[in-house]
Amino acid sequence: MSRGTFLDLCYLVASITFILALKGLSSPKRARQGNLLAAVGMAIAIAATFAQPHLHHLSLMIVAMIVGAAVAVPTSRFVKMTAIPQLVAIFNGVGGGAAALVSIVEYLALTSVTVLYLRTSSGVTIHVAIGGVKSVAVYKILEVVLGVVIGTVSFSGSAIAFAKLQELMTGRPVTYPGQQIMNAILGVAIVAVAILLLVTGSLVWLWILLVLAFVLGIAFVLPIGGADVPVLISLLNSFTGLAVAASGFTIGSNLLIVAGTLVGASGILLTRMMSSAMGRSLPNILFSAFGSNVTASGAVERDDGRSVRSGTAEDIGVLLAYARKVVIIPGYGLAVAQAQHVVRELADELQERGVEVFFAIHPVAGRMPGHMNVLLAEANVPYDELKEMDEANPEMATADVALVVGANDTVNPAAHDTPGSPIYGMPIINADQATNIVFLKRSMRPGFAGIENELLYNPKTVLLFGDAKDTLQKLVAAVAVA
Amino acid sequence: MNEILQYLTVFILSVFIGIEVISKVPSILHTPLMSGSNAIHGVIIVGAMLVLGHATSNVEIVLGTLAVFLATLNVVGGFVVTDRMLEMFRGKPAEKRETKQDTE
Repeated sequence: MSRGTFLDLCYLVASITFILALKGLSSPKRARQGNLLAAVGMAIAIAATFAQPHLHHLSLMIVAMIVGAAVAVPTSRFVKMTAIPQLVAIFNGVGGGAAALVSIVEYLALTSVTVLYLRTSSGVTIHVAIGGVKSVAVYKILEVVLGVVIGTVSFSGSAIAFAKLQELMTGRPVTYPGQQIMNAILGVAIVAVAILLLVTGSLVWLWILLVLAFVLGIAFVLPIGGADVPVLISLLNSFTGLAVAASGFTIGSNLLIVAGTLVGASGILLTRMMSSAMGRSLPNILFSAFGSNVTASGAVERDDGRSVRSGTAEDIGVLLAYARKVVIIPGYGLAVAQAQHVVRELADELQERGVEVFFAIHPVAGRMPGHMNVLLAEANVPYDELKEMDEANPEMATADVALVVGANDTVNPAAHDTPGSPIYGMPIINADQATNIVFLKRSMRPGFAGIENELLYNPKTVLLFGDAKDTLQKLVAAVAVA
Repeated sequence: MNEILQYLTVFILSVFIGIEVISKVPSILHTPLMSGSNAIHGVIIVGAMLVLGHATSNVEIVLGTLAVFLATLNVVGGFVVTDRMLEMFRGKPAEKRETKQDTE
């Protein structure tokens, strides 16, 4: 067997591990094995690439990889669990950037042959240059265009998604007058420049395309509200997959085509699953920002001047200690305060007193689906105490206390009864059906979706303001002496 | 033109596999699945290595090296973050209550 055939076989093995990995990742039992399997496949693919003949700049390659790993490992190991969504956004973005660069470099390599040819033939004119450049087939340029545009959109879009999640900028949808027209002009410009590139093959158009795609990524993400960013990251993840597939076409690699397309196709499906878990359609998430500001601010005004009831930790401790059934509804506030261990202490304390306690997990509680499960698993909360929304909701009516810890939008009844609200139609945990509702909140600030929560003004509701960790600690102490 | 047809065939078949393979995912696995597939598209590192390995001009070398660096971040970060998520999911509760193979 020749070396080339063997290396291709290695790539085939890697492709198979990626397929099996995706299969594994979609079932709870085999998820971790799936991820490890993909890592093994990736190692095989990288090793096989090192063994490719006629590879130059190996030392540079190895240095770049070592530096990359030296940055990535500590970042991904030691960043707080709350920041994981941002990390996924960043790692996705750099992948898109890499795909765009691979397409660009390959195009430079393809055209530099032509330049060489032009230099040898004396007295060349621009006319001849165009004729010479045409030697790059149009379909090849098209592949480059797709790789560069999709990869770059994913890169700059992920950067903005990161900034929103990291709260470097507002999580609210960013809108300005004429936004739709601007975006339309941008889209048309990209198509026009892409066509010019296809026709002329001139590098200038490639660089202009790169810049326009970069701007498009930003313009695409700006109007998307913070609460929808997880779905957006999933979509951008899928984009990066497609950009990788496009690069695969350009450099002629089946491995890249298979892996990129797998991610692209499954990513689209996953994005749809995520948005339906939020009760939204994907177009609704991507393009609905243009009306939502009005609705949101309208709601805030309407609620002005009404009062809420705030309680003391002692009162609430007694309420909890003498309840029969307490449902804890965690949200992003729990994650921010790193209060997963304290909330478990509270649950343990209550259970020792014979109170029935479980956690009701909204599919998109926190900033990513599964966020709460991960956090509570870290605090060793047993699995059977974590109930998904559909399982928890029928029990809400019999709960004495719904303890909402740092959640807001996921219990907002506006999703049921306010048709104009941006979250209308989203399934929620029916905290309003419990006999008593306790909110642990940092402030009266609305949740990530930026809309007011009627439930705060419900007469059954008591609020305890403060950092979730502090207030939970006070509650643990209060329950202990109650 | 023959090779583009071969690549298109691979592409189309991969689309179907990609859709088939994750038909039903419980919502708690949405994030790990996203993160895991994020790591898989890090395979662009292979492309980055190849273009850098065949780079001739300085521009190609600089951009190629940058591509290898970015792709390494994607691969390494992607796998480590996913593993960290899944470790918390499965590991600790599993040792606490061993036979609990659950959620489904």
